[in-house]
Amino acid sequence: MASGQVTKRVKYKTSVKDPGTPGRLLLTMEKLAFRPNNPNSASKFDMEFRYIKNHKYTKEGSNKAPMLNLTSNQGVSYIFEFENYNDLQVCKEFVGKALSKSGETPKPADTSQSLSEQPSTEELLLRMNLLRENSELQKLHKRFVSDGVLTDAEFWATRKKLLSGDLSRKSKQRVGLKSVMLSDSKPLIDGRTNKVTFNLTPEIVREIFAEKPAVHQAYLNVVPNKMTDKDFWTKYCRAEYLHHSKNAHAAAAEAAEDEELALFLKPDDILASETRRKIRCVDPTLDMEADQGDDYTHLPDHGIVRDGSKEITDSQNEPYMRTLLQDLNRHSAVVLEGTAIDDEQLKDTQTVAEALIQSKQGHKTANEEDDGNASQEKLNRISKMMEIEDLQGSNDLPLAPLCIKDPRDYFDSQQACAFKTSRDTTIGTEAVSTREAYGSLRDSISQIKVMGLNDPIIKPEVAMKVLSVLTHNISSTKYHLGKNPRESVLDGFPNKIKEDLLHHWMSIEELLRHYWSSYPVTTAYLYAKVNRLKDAMSKIDSQLQEMKESVQSDLRNQLTLLIRPMQQALEAAMQHHDADLQKRLAKSGERPNGYV
Amino acid sequence: MASVPSKLYSDDVSLVMVLLDTNPFFWTTSSLPFSQFLSQVLAFLNSILLLNQLNQVVVIATGYNSCDYIYDSSSATNQSSEDGRLPALYSNLLQKLEEFIIRDEKLAKEEPRGKIASSLLSGSLSMALCYIQRVFRSGPLNPQPRILCLQGSPDGPEQYVAVMNAIFSAQRSMVPIDSCYVGAHNSAFLQQASYITGGVYVKPQHLDGLFQYLVTVFAADLHSRNFIQLPRPAGVDFRASCFCHKTTIDMGYICSVCLSIFCKHHKKCSTCGSVFGQAQSDNTSASDRKRKAPET
Repeated sequence: MASGQVTKRVKYKTSVKDPGTPGRLLLTMEKLAFRPNNPNSASKFDMEFRYIKNHKYTKEGSNKAPMLNLTSNQGVSYIFEFENYNDLQVCKEFVGKALSKSGETPKPADTSQSLSEQPSTEELLLRMNLLRENSELQKLHKRFVSDGVLTDAEFWATRKKLLSGDLSRKSKQRVGLKSVMLSDSKPLIDGRTNKVTFNLTPEIVREIFAEKPAVHQAYLNVVPNKMTDKDFWTKYCRAEYLHHSKNAHAAAAEAAEDEELALFLKPDDILASETRRKIRCVDPTLDMEADQGDDYTHLPDHGIVRDGSKEITDSQNEPYMRTLLQDLNRHSAVVLEGTAIDDEQLKDTQTVAEALIQSKQGHKTANEEDDGNASQEKLNRISKMMEIEDLQGSNDLPLAPLCIKDPRDYFDSQQACAFKTSRDTTIGTEAVSTREAYGSLRDSISQIKVMGLNDPIIKPEVAMKVLSVLTHNISSTKYHLGKNPRESVLDGFPNKIKEDLLHHWMSIEELLRHYWSSYPVTTAYLYAKVNRLKDAMSKIDSQLQEMKESVQSDLRNQLTLLIRPMQQALEAAMQHHDADLQKRLAKSGERPNGYV
Repeated sequence: MASVPSKLYSDDVSLVMVLLDTNPFFWTTSSLPFSQFLSQVLAFLNSILLLNQLNQVVVIATGYNSCDYIYDSSSATNQSSEDGRLPALYSNLLQKLEEFIIRDEKLAKEEPRGKIASSLLSGSLSMALCYIQRVFRSGPLNPQPRILCLQGSPDGPEQYVAVMNAIFSAQRSMVPIDSCYVGAHNSAFLQQASYITGGVYVKPQHLDGLFQYLVTVFAADLHSRNFIQLPRPAGVDFRASCFCHKTTIDMGYICSVCLSIFCKHHKKCSTCGSVFGQAQSDNTSASDRKRKAPET
């Protein structure tokens, strides 16, 4: 068969259980293609080999049909069932060849020897940075890589996460909206003329649009067609000014004349509908009575003074008044919602308006989805919380009430046993009679009355003994491990030893990680690595031993406690090494040096 | 260590409620004579009063049949006894104590044969807590209260519920219960009382040096305790005792209705009468035991 191309009759399946589409499989060095017998079938496809990640096949001799399973790098499986094993064999070899050919360029072979490949300069820089910033890492690197215990690549192979994690950390952080309210940026009033100047930056425009959807809507509707950008904002500022000046009558009058201006002064319809939607979402089980105690409702705006003067509600012109609370609530809602516009888009009013509408659309669809879920959830909640008593079944389940019998029953029986044991151990004789007992007690009292207190109350030597017993307990518990979480055992050691200990721990962890990851030893390379690691570990082991002997006797006990787990971990590794070596020797029999 | 909120109480003034074990059946068997015990305790009480002028000491006798207040330093008259041999504190206290013992004896109805010689710890604990509650309610500036149990009698299992209740109410009102146990074996009640309320439990090894123990461990006020390394308990025995034989067990059967503990399988709970189902397998392995559920 020509090596350039293979064609076989197959059934294409998307899963093992799929009955399959009969057709032909065409294989070339670059790609594979499936052509169904029925030209109308949808399962026709072409696929390049470099997207194939994995291939599996059924073994000859098993009861299963001869099948080849190719997995693409997106995780999709393509299963082909052949007519016989010979066909499968041919295709299998072909796919293997094609895969190895295409695999050469895009991805490195995943063998352990390829560690010698050169890292990119970017990665090298990153490594340098990491070493500079992390002195512990630097110490480890110096100790192992410079001494040749580990190669540079091995050292970094276990820290891939560190390298990649650093890259992702550099992602941009978006600045949120300012929480200062717009009304705080007051118009500048020129003292000489009656001109009032408002300063509008794109940022302020964004805030206006976000907080007042009606203005945003109006802008989109009128600006390019009916009036210019400047006219629009002049009008808006006029409305704001009227609002500021608290001249509700003037506002009402002007609104009657100018419909665009009225738009700015009237309550926002879009906002209102949104508020209604939000109110529908309020948890129906919320207890409104809970804050009835904080009753501010008799004070307009809670009595807060705005712009230096109190607001007085005038019911007649109410539509043209906005209360501080409304503004405050709306503003905080917008700030909390956050911005979807990047700072780059804050160029001029037009772009801001457009960007805002885009982000809103995305938001809306998401919201609608949420609403569906939320309303379902709400219903569930209501049905759970609402208890309609007359619809409930009776709660009298057939249960037996707890009945504690006379507790004395239990205690008395207990008492008899305990009495027996205590008497047996303490005196073992018959109990004294009541009269005798009380008599002796009275005797001792009158004895004190006559004799007075002992003099001295306590003998000095006894007091000394008691004191030493009490303080001995204290000193022994003070350094007790784990008793006091704030007090570390490590702090009891000189700084040098403490640092050495910590460093040894780090080193041992590093070595062990490499050591255990090298098992099972399958290649000469790993064999050499394990041997290197083993030597390094025995070196640390002897260093620990030295350290233990160097400290003073009062610290040695604590130090031994700390060092023991380290030595145990090392020992376990050594033992495993020896056992593994033994096993290998036994297996290879006459060849003493296994696989070298 | 739990201490009372300091703004309510001046921080180094103490109210020490001393519960004195006056169980005659214990003292006749004790290696420490009652007279010696009393003389060391009296000296200790005096030293507490000397530590701070405002310190207050209340002594409650824990008898065999009853309990009573036998001394209160706030209401003590300062006149000396007629022969002037003993200070007022001692003579007053001893006088009251003697009267108490006579009263206690009269209450005794029968010989305590077959009964364990335990004193009424639950009663005196309750009296101490009541007194503390009265002090709490009496004025804006109160001494910091604590309870010191000087106990020698073994635990009275029949008082278990009452003692535990007292311990928990002490915990709630943040009153530490210190205990000095002079009996032969450790007292589980007092160990738990001190552990739960944040007090100190001491079982002196040298009974003739009792005074030194008392002064070293129990004399300091609660505020100073923050700066003192007091003896820590080597461990509190929390193992449960089975209700049927009162043996301490590691693993047992628990009634799922009333939480009574048994060391072996019963057909019926002896406390609440629930009928247990048959054990799943009668050759119960140890690990099987916990999974017992009664069928009511």
